[in-house]
Amino acid sequence: MNFFKKITAIGTALSLSLVLVACGSGDQPSPDGSGSDTPPAENVEINYFSFSANPDYETQLNDMVAAFEAENPGIKVKLELAPYDSYFTKLQTLLAGGTPPDVYEMNYENFVSYAAKDVLLDLSELVASDSIDLSKVNETAFKAYQYQGKQYGMTEAFSNVVTFYNKDLFDKAGIEYPTAEWTWKDEVEAAKKITDAANGVYGTYSPVTMNEFFKVLAQNGGSIYDADGKLTINAAKNVEALQYMVDLVLTDKVTPTPAEMSGQESGDLFLNGKLGMVHTGIWMFGSFKDAPFQWDIQVEAGNTNKATHFFANGLVVDKNTANAEAAYKFAKFMSVGAAAAQIRVDNSWELPISTDQTILDAYLSQTPPSNRQAVFDSLNYLVLPPVTDNWAKLSSDADAEFQKVLLGEETPQEALDILQAKYE
Amino acid sequence: MVGSKKFNFLWIAFFLGPGLVGFTIFVLIPIVTSLYISFTEWDLLNSPVFIGLGNYQTLIADPDFWMSLKNTVFFILGYLPSVMAIGLGIALLLNSKLKARTFFRGVYFLPVVTSWVAVSLVWSWLFNPVYGLINYFLSLVGVTGPNWLTDPKTAMIAIIITSVWKDIGFIMVLYLGGLQNISPSLYEAASIDGANELNKFWKITLPMLQPTTFFVVMISLINSFQVFDQVNVMTGGGPGNATNVLVQNIYQSAFNFFEMGYAAAMSWALFIIIFSVSILQMWGERRTKI
Repeated sequence: MNFFKKITAIGTALSLSLVLVACGSGDQPSPDGSGSDTPPAENVEINYFSFSANPDYETQLNDMVAAFEAENPGIKVKLELAPYDSYFTKLQTLLAGGTPPDVYEMNYENFVSYAAKDVLLDLSELVASDSIDLSKVNETAFKAYQYQGKQYGMTEAFSNVVTFYNKDLFDKAGIEYPTAEWTWKDEVEAAKKITDAANGVYGTYSPVTMNEFFKVLAQNGGSIYDADGKLTINAAKNVEALQYMVDLVLTDKVTPTPAEMSGQESGDLFLNGKLGMVHTGIWMFGSFKDAPFQWDIQVEAGNTNKATHFFANGLVVDKNTANAEAAYKFAKFMSVGAAAAQIRVDNSWELPISTDQTILDAYLSQTPPSNRQAVFDSLNYLVLPPVTDNWAKLSSDADAEFQKVLLGEETPQEALDILQAKYE
Repeated sequence: MVGSKKFNFLWIAFFLGPGLVGFTIFVLIPIVTSLYISFTEWDLLNSPVFIGLGNYQTLIADPDFWMSLKNTVFFILGYLPSVMAIGLGIALLLNSKLKARTFFRGVYFLPVVTSWVAVSLVWSWLFNPVYGLINYFLSLVGVTGPNWLTDPKTAMIAIIITSVWKDIGFIMVLYLGGLQNISPSLYEAASIDGANELNKFWKITLPMLQPTTFFVVMISLINSFQVFDQVNVMTGGGPGNATNVLVQNIYQSAFNFFEMGYAAAMSWALFIIIFSVSILQMWGERRTKI
C-alpha cells in the first residue's frame, strides 16, 4: 500500500479539491460589489481566517472581535487561525473547495496575485459610500490594498524593518551609535570593529535572500523591473548590491555564514549578545523587551538611496460571500476602527494605519526602544516588493542561487545572469 | 442456496465492498483525476484550463526537472547499496546464536516504526556543525567535521545516512526471514566438504537469498524514488538545489507555486519512471533464472 499511498498523496489532495469545486460552484449568489443580495444585518455569522494572530496575539484578536461584536450587534465573527507557514496552502484549498471564509487576511505579496486572479470583492463603492476620513490614516498603507485603481482590501496593520543595535557592544568597541545618516560604509566599518570571531560576536546580520535583496538594491538605486516592467535583475547596480550583501559574509566576515548560524535565528543571536546590529522587523520589539543589555533602533543605512521594507497586512472579502456587508464592516473595523487600533498599540502588535496622535503617542512613549520615532521615519523610504505573477517562484529560485554564491560556487554576477536568463 | 454461484457472488461483494469504496474514493478517482489535471493549467483559484500536452513539453525542457531527477538518482546510488549491505550484515549477525538477539532485533527495528518527521528533526540536530553530536565525536579523534546540511557537497550524504539508519531495520527483517528459510542441511553438507564460512556465504547464503534480494531491491527502489519527508524537513531541497529531489520539486510546484497541472505532470513522469524501472528489473530477474 505504501507505494500507492505515496504516489497518489498529491493526486488525492488535488482531485478532492476538484470534486469539491464541482459541488461548490453553482449554488452561491454573487453580489457585484454593492452587496445587494445581502440580507439585513441581523444575526449573520461571518467567518474570519487569520495568520497574524498566530501564535502570540490570539487574545488580542479575540478582544478586537469582542469590541466589534459590541459595536455591531447582530454580527457574529467566527475565528479561524493558522500559522503563516501553512496559511496560504489552507486558504487556497478552501477557495478551491468552494468554501472560502467570508473575510480573510492577506499579506501584500499575496494580495496582488489574489486580486489579479479575480477572487476578491471590489470594495471601492462600499468605501466611497462610507465616510472614511483618509486624512486620519496612513495613506501609503491604506492604498497598498488597491489594485488597478480599485480598493480590494482594508489594510489593518503594517510593520517595517529597522536596524536594531546592541548599545553595550558599541560601547565596548568604543564607537558611536548609528545615526539616520549612516551609509553602507559606516555600517561595515562599525561592524568590523564589533566583530570578535574568537567569541562568536558578529557586527551585523541580514539574510542573503530575495526578500532582503530587493530592498538593498533599492538602497543602491537599482530595481528588479524597469519602468516598462522588463526584468533587469542583472543590471550593474543590482550586482553591486548583491556583492555588498555577500561581501559582508565572505570578505569582511562581519556577518555569520549559514554554517556559522547553524540553524539559529538571528533574533536569538542578537538576544544572546552575539550581534552588534541586526536588520529585522519591528515585530521583534516584544521578544527583545527583556534583553540583558541596552539596545535601540535606527533607520537602516542606505547607499545612494535610503530604502526600508514595508509589510502591510489587510483584510479582503471573498467575491462570492453572501454576507458582503457584514464582512466589509468587520474589515473596516479592523482597519480604521479606533478600538482595534488601540488594542494593537497597547500590545505593540505591529502598527495600526491610524495617524491619530493620541493613539500613536501611546506607542511612542513605550520603551525600549527609546528611538521609536525611527519606525515612522523609515516610512519615508519604504519600498514594496515588486510582486508579479511568478514572484514566489522567482524568489525561491533566487534564494537557491544566492546560497550558491555564499558557498563560493557562483559570483553575484553569474547568479543574477542565470536568473535574468531564466525569467526574461 | 448455500454454495451457489449467486450466493458466493453476494458474499464476495459484501466483503469486498467497503474496501472497494475506500479504494475508489481515495485511490482510483484521485489517480484518474490527477491524470486529467496533468493536461491542464490550474492554480486552484480559477478553473483548470486544458492545455493538452503543454505541461509535458515544459517538463522535458525544464532543467529543474532534470536536476531533481539527477539528485534523486544520486540519492538512490548512495542509499540502495548501503542500506542493503548493512541490513544484510545485521541480519547475518542477529541470525547467529547471539545473546539477547531478540532485544537487538527490536532495537534495530525501532527506527522503522518511528515517524519520519521526528527522525529528521533529531538527525538535523545530530548534524548541526557547532552543537551536533556527530561533529563532537569527530572532534574527539581530531577530525574537523563538515557543515553537513549547509554544505552542498555533504547535504545529500547526510540525508542518505539518515535514510539508511531508518530503513536498515526493515531490510534486516526481510533478510532474517530469508535466512531462516535456508535449510541447515546445506551448511552441514558444505562443512563436511570442508568449506569455510566465507565460502558458505558466497556459495550458499547469497544465492539462496536471491528471491529476498529481488524483493528488497524492488521495494527499496520504489520507495527511494519517492524520497521526500526527510529532505523537506532537513534541508527543504537546499543548500542551493543540492538536495532538491523529485517529490520535493513536485511539492514545491503544487503547494508553493500553485502550479497544480505541472505538479501532476511531474507526478505522472515519476510514475512512468518507477514503472519502467520495475518492469526492467522483473525482466532482468526472469532472464537470470533461465
